[in-house]
Amino acid sequence: MSKSVKRVYGYLAEFESASALYKGAEKMRDAGLKKWDCYSPYPIHGLDDAMGLRRSILPYFVFFGGSTGLLTGFSLAYITQVVIYPTVVQAKPSNIFTTSAFFPIMFELTILFAGFTVLFCLLGLIGLPRLNHPLFASRQFHRATDDGFFIAVEARDPNFSPEDTKALLQEAGGTNIELVEEED
Amino acid sequence: MADNENKAEQNDGSITLPVFEREKLILNGRSYAWITDRIAGIVEKPQPLLWWFLFIPSALIALIGVVGGLTYLVSTGVGVWGNTNRTMWGWPIVNFVFWIGIGHAGTLISAILFLTRQNWRTSINRAAEAMTIFAVMCAGIFPAFHVGRVWMAWFLAPIPNANAIWQNFKSPLLWDVFAVSTYFTISLIFWYLGMVPDLATIRDRAKPGIRKFFYGLFSLGWRGGNRQWSHYEMAYLLLAALSTPLVLSVHSIVSFDFATSTVPGWHTTIFPPYFVAGAIFGGFAMVMTIMIPARSIYKLHDVITMKHIENMCKIILATGTIVGYAYLMELFVAYYSGGKYEMEAFKLRITGPYWWAYVVMMFCNVVAPQAFWLKACRENLWIVMGICMLVNIGMWFERFVIIVTTLPRMWLPGDWKYYEASPVDVVTFVGTIGMFLTLFLLFLRFLPCINIAEVKWTLLESDAHFDDKQAHPDDGVESKAAYQYEIKKDRSMEC
Repeated sequence: MSKSVKRVYGYLAEFESASALYKGAEKMRDAGLKKWDCYSPYPIHGLDDAMGLRRSILPYFVFFGGSTGLLTGFSLAYITQVVIYPTVVQAKPSNIFTTSAFFPIMFELTILFAGFTVLFCLLGLIGLPRLNHPLFASRQFHRATDDGFFIAVEARDPNFSPEDTKALLQEAGGTNIELVEEED
Repeated sequence: MADNENKAEQNDGSITLPVFEREKLILNGRSYAWITDRIAGIVEKPQPLLWWFLFIPSALIALIGVVGGLTYLVSTGVGVWGNTNRTMWGWPIVNFVFWIGIGHAGTLISAILFLTRQNWRTSINRAAEAMTIFAVMCAGIFPAFHVGRVWMAWFLAPIPNANAIWQNFKSPLLWDVFAVSTYFTISLIFWYLGMVPDLATIRDRAKPGIRKFFYGLFSLGWRGGNRQWSHYEMAYLLLAALSTPLVLSVHSIVSFDFATSTVPGWHTTIFPPYFVAGAIFGGFAMVMTIMIPARSIYKLHDVITMKHIENMCKIILATGTIVGYAYLMELFVAYYSGGKYEMEAFKLRITGPYWWAYVVMMFCNVVAPQAFWLKACRENLWIVMGICMLVNIGMWFERFVIIVTTLPRMWLPGDWKYYEASPVDVVTFVGTIGMFLTLFLLFLRFLPCINIAEVKWTLLESDAHFDDKQAHPDDGVESKAAYQYEIKKDRSMEC
């Protein structure tokens, strides 16, 4: 007997195809579960609705990231070229009308800042990077990145119960239902 | 007539046209597991002998050309290049514009074809994006060393120098610094984020050990949950939407380096669209140059099908024709403007001492791709490879023609001089070709060269409603899509 304490992470059930996963997800959603997720090797379109997920809020962050970039580009060029050290090159003046010559730099910095916002806010929203996850202890979960379709229901969901959730997963079409445990 | 067979005439005289099934992007009914195994297998299995035959010479050329050539340059002085007064730009800037242009096809495939929902891009986008990154790395070498004292290259960054004087933000050369560095950064983010799920696939297949550790580290703990996919897809869409104007801006800004000057032959408004079309044209030729051999070496015929190759041929034909139009329009505008110096510049270009470069450019970029009007040429991989090689050469010559035929004769006849590249120029340029191939071969060896997750998504059974559609099929759809049959017809045409 192993002496280490284990904590139940939740149930993991396999579904045979994307269609089966979709139908299963609708049942889970309608059962009122909150802490659960569908796992698939590729993004399945329409699954957000079947799971009752809202549209990603990422674009709002990116809008502000891009705006910051635009302002940074303008300030960088304007302050250095017009305010601090006005340089008159090729007879081009240094005043507010010079701004049109700064458009390329403002544009590039908008894209640059927005791109970094996409990267870092995405990682924040999906909770990565992390080095381990209880699901990786499962004997079948490695197939989720190959050809397996899974639903995992976490034990910390308020509606979780060892018998009912298992029955629900079975009824939804899940097979190979496994109780995933994490080392404490 | 085939038409008559397909048209079913109704009793009331109306005609119902048949609805054809969409061409499949993955042939021979391959499964998810087959796709994973075939693509991840490239990274997991030992490389074929041919890989080593390509890798060792490429790495040697890169070492001699880039490391050796640049060490010699820095230790001796920038005078070892052939650049002389009047032709200050010469080969280094030709090479810079050439390599930057190559990169554009990668972004076009990954971003613009994504926004326009061209699903065939999934089989080629990863390799094309890798090509973008490596091409921009090769490009970056030239302007950095062209500044003369490379240890002063930090002057390009927006930091004031010792006298608190800032860079000139009104200069296209500084715009270029911002454009190229943003382009590289965003392309890298796009490429890496796109690869995270596939790195997780390789991680999950690996036995515990060094491979599992590194792929685990770089896949960031990806699990493929829909709560992750949902945000991930939005991120991908946003990056595509950001990259699309970015890629158009980068070569436009590169063209501003020329177009905003007052040099006859450069001072034209056609430059930005002409440069962008040329960049996509040259880039697609390079995608084909590296993908067709890779497809053959790793037996990827079911993933990169003849449909993919034909689509790329058509893009080369379209952009090549735009480029041809730009060449002619440039001449026409020079004539129509009545500008004496403009006309002289183009006369020099065509009939001057560099006439041979103009002929090479015209033949390779305008005449050769016209062969792609013929289906037979688009389907014969030897011809496709040959034309793509010509386009690669032609696009290098285009930049040579623009830069070198314009600069050596200006203002004072006293400083007219025939520009010749020095051996160090040649060695360094060939070195960057070696560097590009070395990096690409390492990419094939260590990273998933095809987007595993997205390719699975193009299979019919990947649809969440596939079962319902099977149960209630549409009426009158005929299984007549072209390529699933043609690929089996003649295996010998694959090189």
